[in-house]
Amino acid sequence: MSTTLSIEHLTIGLPEGADRPYAVEDVSMAIEKGEILCVVGESGSGKSMTANALMGLLPPGVNVKAGRAVFEARDVIRLPEAEKQALRGASMAMIFQEPMTALNPLMRIGDQIVEVFAAHDRYTQSERREKALALIREVQLPDPEKIIRAYPFQLSGGQRQRAMIAMALALEPKLLIADEPTTALDVTTQAQILKLILDLREKRGMAVMFITHDFGVVAEIADQVIVMRMGKVVERGSAAEVLENPQHDYTKRLLEAIPTGRLPEARQLSETPALEIKGLRKVYRTGGGLFKPVREVRAVDDVSLTVARGEVLGLVGESGSGKSTLGRTAVRLVTPDGGQVMVGGTDLAALSDEELRKQRHKVQMVFQDPYASLNPRQRIMGAITDGPITRGIPRKEAEARARELLEIVGLGADAASRFPHEFSGGQRQRIGIARALAMDPELIIADEAVSALDVSIQAQVLDLLRELREKLELSILFITHDLRVAAQLCDRIAVMQKGKLVEIGTVHDIFLNPQQDYTRKLLAAVPGADWDQQGAA
Amino acid sequence: MWKRFRSNIGAMVGVVLLAAVILIAIFAPLIFANTPWQMVQRPFLAPFSMDSLPLGTDTLGRDVAAQLAYGARVSLLVGLVSTLVALLIGVPLGALAGFYGGYVDEGAMRFTEFFQTIPNFALAIVLVAIFEPTLASITLAIAIVSWPPVARLVRAEVMSVRKREFVDAATLAGLSKPRILVRQVLPNTVSPIIVMASLMVATAILLESSLSFLGLGDPNAMSWGYMIGAARTVIRSAWWLSFFPGIAIVITVLALNLIGEGLNDALNPHLSRKGKA
Amino acid sequence: MTILIAILSRLAKAALTLLAIAVLNFCLLHAAPGDPAVVLAGEAGAADEQMIAQLRERFGLDQPLYVQLGKYIAGIVQLDLGYSFRQSAPVIDLIAERLPATLLLTLTAFVISLTCGIALGVAAAARVGKVSDSLLTTLALLFYATPLYWLALMAVLVFSVWLGWLPGFGYETVGADFSGFARAIDILKHLILPALTLGLFFMAVYMRMTRASMLEVSTADFVKTAKAKGLSGAVIRRRHILRNAILPVVTLAGLQAGQLVGGAVLTETVFAWPGIGRLMFESLAARDYNTILGVFLVSAAMVILFNIVTDIVYRIVDPRIGARA
Repeated sequence: MSTTLSIEHLTIGLPEGADRPYAVEDVSMAIEKGEILCVVGESGSGKSMTANALMGLLPPGVNVKAGRAVFEARDVIRLPEAEKQALRGASMAMIFQEPMTALNPLMRIGDQIVEVFAAHDRYTQSERREKALALIREVQLPDPEKIIRAYPFQLSGGQRQRAMIAMALALEPKLLIADEPTTALDVTTQAQILKLILDLREKRGMAVMFITHDFGVVAEIADQVIVMRMGKVVERGSAAEVLENPQHDYTKRLLEAIPTGRLPEARQLSETPALEIKGLRKVYRTGGGLFKPVREVRAVDDVSLTVARGEVLGLVGESGSGKSTLGRTAVRLVTPDGGQVMVGGTDLAALSDEELRKQRHKVQMVFQDPYASLNPRQRIMGAITDGPITRGIPRKEAEARARELLEIVGLGADAASRFPHEFSGGQRQRIGIARALAMDPELIIADEAVSALDVSIQAQVLDLLRELREKLELSILFITHDLRVAAQLCDRIAVMQKGKLVEIGTVHDIFLNPQQDYTRKLLAAVPGADWDQQGAA
Repeated sequence: MWKRFRSNIGAMVGVVLLAAVILIAIFAPLIFANTPWQMVQRPFLAPFSMDSLPLGTDTLGRDVAAQLAYGARVSLLVGLVSTLVALLIGVPLGALAGFYGGYVDEGAMRFTEFFQTIPNFALAIVLVAIFEPTLASITLAIAIVSWPPVARLVRAEVMSVRKREFVDAATLAGLSKPRILVRQVLPNTVSPIIVMASLMVATAILLESSLSFLGLGDPNAMSWGYMIGAARTVIRSAWWLSFFPGIAIVITVLALNLIGEGLNDALNPHLSRKGKA
Repeated sequence: MTILIAILSRLAKAALTLLAIAVLNFCLLHAAPGDPAVVLAGEAGAADEQMIAQLRERFGLDQPLYVQLGKYIAGIVQLDLGYSFRQSAPVIDLIAERLPATLLLTLTAFVISLTCGIALGVAAAARVGKVSDSLLTTLALLFYATPLYWLALMAVLVFSVWLGWLPGFGYETVGADFSGFARAIDILKHLILPALTLGLFFMAVYMRMTRASMLEVSTADFVKTAKAKGLSGAVIRRRHILRNAILPVVTLAGLQAGQLVGGAVLTETVFAWPGIGRLMFESLAARDYNTILGVFLVSAAMVILFNIVTDIVYRIVDPRIGARA
C-alpha cells in the first residue's frame, strides 16, 4: 500500500475575535490508497476546516499557520494558486453536506458535469457528453438521458448528492473528500449513498477522507478513524479499535451517547390514556387557481394511536412521512380534516378557536430548532410565564413556578431574567422544556427536540427527559427521524410512512421482531446497525 | 449595536451632516435677520461678494442663505411626516397580510401591487395638482406613493417570523392572535423597518423637492426645489441660484442614506457573523 | 405553452390594472375642488358660461355618477382621453405626437443605466475592499442622493453653456432641416445629456444592487462546489455568480420602470425635450387636468407593458419559474 495523503502538524489560525485562536492545532493524519479515513467530531471541532485547507477553500481570514499536507509528492498547502486549481477536481475532489444548495440552480446537471472536463481541458465536446452520461450511469441515477438535461430543482436530495458524486469522480481523483455528505439525507437514502461510496472505492481504489459527526456512519464505512475535538486530535486508530476499545474519555462519551443494541427494559404502562388519536386525517392541497391543477398530499391518512399516561411513545419516520403534521395536529397548530384528538376527555379537534385557547394548556410542545423556538426579544421569564398568566394564574405564583422549573431543568432560577441569546442550543432546549412544563400539560409533544443538537448535548437533554419522566410521570409523544434516539427514551415506537401508521409496538418488538417490510428497511438503514447487533450480543 | 454603528465612518459622517442641517433648520430665525421672502438687496447679487449675504441674492433680491435655511425646515418636515404617514399605512397593511395570509393577504397584496405599478412620481404630481399644492397635500401625496414598499417589506418579515417556532409556542400558551402579532411578531420586524424608514425620509425629501421644482410646492413655504425651479430659466446668468439649493439637497439626502446604511449594517450584522470554526 | 398562458394571464391582469387606474382618474377629477365642468375646461375657458354648459352636456355631468363613469370608461376604451381646451386638440393626439420622444429617451436611459450599472457592479464586487471599489460605491451613493433635475441643470450649465460641447435644449436643431443620417446624428447629440442624466440615478441603483447581489451569491454553496471542481475565478464569476446574481437586478429594474417614466417628467422639463413628460409639465401651469390625467394613464400603461416584458425575460432566464406553475 502507498500513502495517498499525509498531513503533518497542520495548524490553522482563526481571525481575531473568534472564540479560540486556532481552528485546527497540530493535526497529523495519513490516508493510504483505497482506504476510508473517517474524521469524527462535533460542530466546531475543526474537521471541516482541515478538509477545506486541503482543497484551498478556507474562508477569508482563516489561514494555515504551520504544517504541511503531502499529496503526489507535493505540499498542497503551499502550491501556487494556479497549480492548486489544476489539482482541484482532477486528482483531489470534494463533495459537500447540503445537496440542495451545492448545485448551481440555473445550470443543467449535464453542463455542470461537463464543466469539470472543460476546466481541466480534457476530451472533445462530444466525448465530454458521453463521459457525463457514463458517470450518471455509474452513480446509478435513473434515466441518464433525462437527468443530463435536468435542472437541480427537478431532482430529490439523494439524486442531487449522486450528481455531486458524479461530478467529483469525473476525472478519477486519487482522493475524495466527503464533508458530511449524508447528514442532510433520510436514513434510507443515507444508506444508499454510503453503499455507493463503498462500491466506488472498491472499483476505483481511491482514498476517501470522510467527515462525519455520526459514529453509526463510522461503523458502516471506516477503515481508520480520527476523533477531533476543539481543533485537536484526541484519538486515532483502526475502526475496530476505536469502536470496541476507545481510549480517550471524549470518544467514550461520544460512543456512549449513541445508543447501542442495549434496549431499555420495558415498563409497566398505565391503563388511562393521556392522548387518544382516532382516524386522524389531514390533506394538503397545493396549486389550484386559474390554470394550475390541484395537487393533494395526504400528510396524515387515517391514523389512530394512543399514548398512555406516563408513557413515552416514539413516532418515527423519514421526511415527508407525516410525523410532524401528526404532532402539529395533535396540539391543533394544524386543524385536521377529520378524526378526533382526545385529551383528558375533550376532543381538541372539534373545539372552536375561543374554546381551544382555554384548553391549549393540556398539550404542550418542545420544538426542534433551539434558535427559533424562543423569541429573541423576550426575557426567559416572559417566555415561560406568558401562558400561565393568560390562563389566569397570578403573576407572582407563575413567576415563582417558573424559577422552580428552571431549577428542575438544570439552569438555575437566575436564568429567568436573561435573554435567549445568552444561552447555548442545549440550554435553550431546557428552557423550552421548562416552558412546556409550566402549563401543567397532560401531554408533551417533542418534535425532533434533540435533532439539532450535537451528540453529547443530545445525550444530556435525553437524560433530562428521562429523569423528568420518572419524577413527574410525564406523557410524551416523541417525534424523531432517528430510530436510535427513539430506542433510548421510548416505551413504545410507532412507525409512519407516507401519512400512514405502518407499525406500532414496544421498543423490543420493533427492534428485534419487526412485522412490516418498511420497518425492517428502516432498521437495516440505521448506520452502524450491524455493529449495534454485535454490541447487543 | 451602537458600537457597531459608531465604528462606521460613513454613518458617523451622516449623523454629523444631518445634525448640522437640523440645527440650521431649527435656529434659522435666530441665524438670519431676514425672512426668505424679504427683498434685502439688488437682485442677482453674486455669492461671496457681500459678508452679510454670503450666498448672494435671487431674482427678486432675496437672501439665498436665509432661503436655504428655511428650505431645510420644509424638506425635513415633509420628509419626516410623509414617512410616518407611509409607515402608518404600510405597517398595519403588511402586518395583517403577512400574519393572516389567505384572502386578507391576497386582497392587500393586489392593492399594494396596484399602487406599485402606477408610476409613483406621476401619481404624486396628479394628486398635488388636483388637490392644490399645500404642505398637507404634498405630504399626503408623498406618503401615498411611498407606502407600498413598506407594506411588502413588513409582510415578508412577518411571514418569516410567523413561521418561527416561538410563535407556535405563543399560540400553545393560549395567547390570542392579535396579541401574538403585536407582542411577539412585530417587535422582531422593527430593525428592517427602521432602516427602510431612514432611507424613505431621504426619498421623500427628493420627491418633495422635485414637486416644488415643477411648481407644485406650497406657495407659502420656501423650499429648495422651488428655489431651483425659479432659477432654472436664469441658469446662464446666475448659476449659483440653482447650485446651492442642489448641494443642500445632496448633503441632506446623502446624510440620511449614510445613516440608513450604517443602521442596516449595525442591525443586520449577518456579514460580521462569519469567521467561526 | 406555459409561457403563453403566463403571458395571457399577465395581459388580463394588465387590463384590469388599467381599468382601475381609469376609475382612479375619474374619482380624482370629481374629487378636485370646484365644479367638474370648470375643472375640465381648465384655465382655457374658466369664464365662458356657454362652454361650461356645453361641457356639462357633452360629459353628462348632470347625470348620476355611475352613468358618467360608464361614459368615461367607454371613452377611454375607444382611446378618447378627452379634449384639451388649452391646446385645442384631443388629448390622445397630443400624447401620440409626443410619445416617440419619450420612448426614445426612457429606453436609451434604461439601456445605459442597466448595462453600465451591472458592469460597474460586477467590477466593484470583483475588487471588493479595494480603493477602486470604495471609489465606485461612494460615487454611486452620491448619484443616488442627487436630484435628477438638478443634475440635469448642472449638466446643461457645464456641457452646454460653459463648454459648448453638446446642445442643452430640445430634440433637434430648430430650422436646421437635416434629413436622414444627419438628422439622426443631430437627434443623438440632443439625446446624450438628457439620457445620461436620467440614467445616472438608476445606474447608481443597479450598480449598488448588482454589487450586493454578486457578493451575496459568491458565498453560496454552489460557488464552493465550482471552486472544488477546479474552475478558474473568471469562469466562476461569469458562469456561476453573475447569472444567479443578475436575476434580482432584473426584477428590480422591472419594478423601477415606473420611476424612470416619472423621472422623464423632470428631465424633459429641464431639456425642453418634447415628450409626454414635458407635456405634463406644461399642462400643470395651465391646470389642464384632462391632459395631466391622460399622460398619467398612458405612462402607467407604458410601465405595465414594461413589467410584462421583464416578466418574460425573467421566465427565459430562470428555468425554475415555468416549471413551478
